[in-house]
Order: sequence, then structure tokens, then C-alpha cells
Amino acid sequence: MDATRQVGVADKERLDAGREPALRVTGLAAAYRRNRVLEDVTFEILPGTLTAIVGPNGAGKSTLLKTLLDLHPRLSGEVRFFGTTYRNAKRRVGYVPQRGSVDWDFPTDALDVVMMGLYGQIGWLRRPGRRHRELAMAALEKMGMGAYAKRQISELSGGQQQRVFLARALVQDADLYLLDEPLAGVDAATEQAIMELLKTLRSNGKTVMVVHHDLQTVQDCFDHVLLLNRSVIAHGPTAEVFTAEHIGRTYGGLLRGWEKVTG
Amino acid sequence: MTGYDGWILLTASLVGLTCGLVGSLLILRRMAMMADAISHSVLLGIVVAYLVTRELSGVHMLIGAAAAGLLTAVLVQWLHQLGVRQEASIGIVFTTLFAIGVVLIATKVGNAHLDVQHALMGEIAFIPWETVRVPGIGDIPEAVLMLLIVLAVVGGLILALYKEWKITSFDPALAAALGLPVAFMHHLFMAMVSVTAVASFDAVGAILVIAMLITPAAAAYLWTDRLSVMLLLSGLFGVASACAGYAVAWLIDTSISGSMAFATGVLFLVSSLAAPRHGVLARRLRARRAGAAPSRAQRTTGA
Repeated sequence: MDATRQVGVADKERLDAGREPALRVTGLAAAYRRNRVLEDVTFEILPGTLTAIVGPNGAGKSTLLKTLLDLHPRLSGEVRFFGTTYRNAKRRVGYVPQRGSVDWDFPTDALDVVMMGLYGQIGWLRRPGRRHRELAMAALEKMGMGAYAKRQISELSGGQQQRVFLARALVQDADLYLLDEPLAGVDAATEQAIMELLKTLRSNGKTVMVVHHDLQTVQDCFDHVLLLNRSVIAHGPTAEVFTAEHIGRTYGGLLRGWEKVTG
Repeated sequence: MTGYDGWILLTASLVGLTCGLVGSLLILRRMAMMADAISHSVLLGIVVAYLVTRELSGVHMLIGAAAAGLLTAVLVQWLHQLGVRQEASIGIVFTTLFAIGVVLIATKVGNAHLDVQHALMGEIAFIPWETVRVPGIGDIPEAVLMLLIVLAVVGGLILALYKEWKITSFDPALAAALGLPVAFMHHLFMAMVSVTAVASFDAVGAILVIAMLITPAAAAYLWTDRLSVMLLLSGLFGVASACAGYAVAWLIDTSISGSMAFATGVLFLVSSLAAPRHGVLARRLRARRAGAAPSRAQRTTGA
């Protein structure tokens, strides 16, 4: 683990030097009907970082991801992925929606769901071929789900479903991953597998942003943190930014005992 | 069997097959209510197409229906964005469009050419008499020709865009993030439902076409865990209920379209009891061995 960590740091320095940010967001605003959920959101994500997006319910965390990906209308502001629009960069961006956003009773199996990650590359009118099936299988195996490839997705546990979703993102072989609550309601083994995966991705020079709900694990798992409540409260390296004061401001005093969390 | 019965069976089978295919996607996209809406609002499309062209030919009707279906989808979405609940918007839009259709029929063209009764209930028994000449084949019923065209278009689109239908149905957010035109596919699908509904109109009418769209697909959903198999089964169930319905109507001398819709209901009932994994019996058996989760059959029937 230490070895990969070092490679990760070396990669990060190499990438930081003279490279543009993986993601630059300036003055972003978004709303649901008349209800403004995001206001003047501005931040930059450096390549090779692992960032937790943290904030209370209704802070606009999921909306932020959706707005970045043009899945939710943007009222104002600018979003640049690797110096260009999402439209031009979408091959380099992998998205993992919340597990609850899809119908797990859909008649399909795990392997098929993973292959969906490749549909953008396969192109119109073409069928997935053997190569695609092998890529999907490899991604499933990486998530420890090889044995479940032919399992109907409704028969999988919540943690297994989440792993299938991550395998689907892996197979896209993106440079920047946006994950919406991948650790919500999963078992301990899955949580560990997912955290390992995220760290491996970072070691390989990938950039990862995770909507995260568990303040306890932020310090152990993420090198950067973005505290969000309608706009950015604080953003930067976890050691500097994840302070009692910032957390207090993000959660508006709703949270008791956060002093303990941050020690 | 006479040629007359043959044409009716062929018409009914084509209705069952086309509706079964489209219906599978309708259910998986959680849009069963839209079938209800579109099957009614296409009436307006037909009336307007007739007012514009003064003709009741197949092509005009298909274009009018597709336009009315799209209008329905767009209006429902618009109302929904204004803050009206989805089901309420559907209810408002289709009843209004349908009502305009009914009013137009009753005032302008209410004579002989169109009638509400026919549009609602269909009259498959008349179909073999209204024929068109197709070069190289001879006289075939107009409804059969129209159904063949619609089946070719709808079936072709489902086959050609199979993986796109799958991903936009299962995970539209991912599909959009991958750059697939999710909104376009939604509207294309609404147009497909519309032309299917109008092509099936003559045979079963606006109300019973809903049964043909939803019930065989809901039954097929209980038998399989694979989309391709579900599409096939649903089409097959559609054909089977159409033919069984005709047989029942002939035996006890009753409404053909009514019997066909009734047959889809029976087929669903049998499926919900006997389907291998999601049926009630299979679930009981499993529950006896271990604690069981709520089944698909329960959710599909809304229990």
C-alpha cells in the first residue's frame, strides 16, 4: 500500500506541474424550480487528487455533480473539464449515480450493467462484442464480483449492487470520476473494497470526487475535501480545511460533537 | 378456415405482436400511464389529419397520430415542469386533447366518416372488407398493410437501437452522461407508441389498445430476467391473447376486441401465479424454505 502511495504522490507532482486542473468550476448556480440550491460555486480540482464533497442534506451535493455533467440545468457559471466543456471531455469523465436512482428489478444481469459503461464507445447501431464483454468481466473481477456476472441484478445485495456500479465506471477508463454517495448503505467489506479502489485510481493518476456522508472517515480516506452548503464553504487539502470551524459553518451548528470528529 | 377469419386473425396477431414489443419498453420505462394518455390523444391527431387532408388514409393518420403523441409528451413534461404532479399532468393533457377530438368530430366531420364509438372500441369484423391493392400481392385489408408498416418501423427501431433503449430505460442519467440523446429517444419512443396505437385502432380501439400494450408485457416481465426474452415473450403473449380472444368471441358470439383484452388479463393472471421465479406459487415454495422478499408480481400488480 505504501509503495502505491508513493507512486501516487510522484504522479501527482508530475501532473500538477504545468497541467491544467482536471475540473474548474466558476460561479456556478443551479435551482429546482424557484428554489436556488447552488449559488456562486467556485473551485478547482487538481489532477490526481481524491476529494470528498461534504455537506448536510439539501446542501446541493448531488445537484452539483448533475449540474457539472449537464444532467441538471445550469443557471449561470462556467464548468471546464480538462480545459474544455463536458461535451468535449465526456470520454474522460466517469459518473456513478446514486444506487437508488435506478430500478434494480430491470431484467438484466451484472455483466450487462457493467457493459453499459462502454455504450458511449461502442457507438450507434453496433452490438457489444467479445472484447467489450472481456473488459466488463475484468472490471467486475477487480471489484470482487466475477462470480456474480450472470446474476440478475435484483438478487444482489446493496453492497454488491454498488460494486457493479463502480465496475461500470471502471470500465469507462476515465481520467476523472464523479461518485454520488458510493458508500451509502453498503456493508463493511464493500466499503473497504471501494476505498481501496479509489486509492488505486488515485495512484494511477486518476482524479476522483466523491459525495460523502460520513465525516468520521474523511480524514483517513481523502486528501482533499470540499465543504459545500449551497456554495463552497471551504476547499483544499484535508489537513488544512477539515477543521472544526469549517465543519461548523457548513452544517450551521446542526452537528453536535464535531469537535470530537476532528480531534 | 375462411379467408375472412384468416385476415382477422392476422390483424389481431399483428396488433398483439406490435403492442407487445412496444409495451415491454413502456413498462420498463415506467410509462404505462403514457399508453393510456397517448391512446386517447391520438384521436385528436386523426381528426385533425382528416380535417387537413379530407382523407382517411393510413399515412395521414399515422402522421397525425405521431404528432398528437408527441404533443401529449411535450405538454405533460411542460406541466410537470410548472410544478404539476406527473400523473396529474398526464390526466389533464390527454383528457383535454381527447375532448377536443370528440368536439371536432361531433361538429365538423361527425357525419359518416369518423365516429367516437368506432374510435373507442374498434371494429375488427369490418377490417377484411376495407382493402387496398398492393402491387404484386393483390388486395389486402388496409389495416393489415398499416400494421405491417408500423411493425417493420417499430420492430426495426427496437432492434437497431436495442442497447440504447436498454440504457436509457435502465439508467437515463448515465445514458445522458455518456452523451446519448435521452430526450430525443424519449420523444422517438412516444412517436412509436402513437403510431402503434393508431395502427391498432381499427382492430381494438383506443381503450382496449391499452390492454394490448400493458398486460402482455407485464406478464412477460414475470417470466424472465432478460430484456431480449421479455420482448420476445411479450410479443408472443400479445399474439396468443389476440388469437385466443378471437376464438372466445367466435365461440360465445361476443365482442372480439373485448375478448382479446380479456384474454390478456387471463394470461397475466396465470403468469402471476405460475411464473417460475416471480410468480406467487414459486414464491410460496421459496418462502417455505427461507424468508422471502416482496416479489415482482406484488409490485407489478401494485399490491
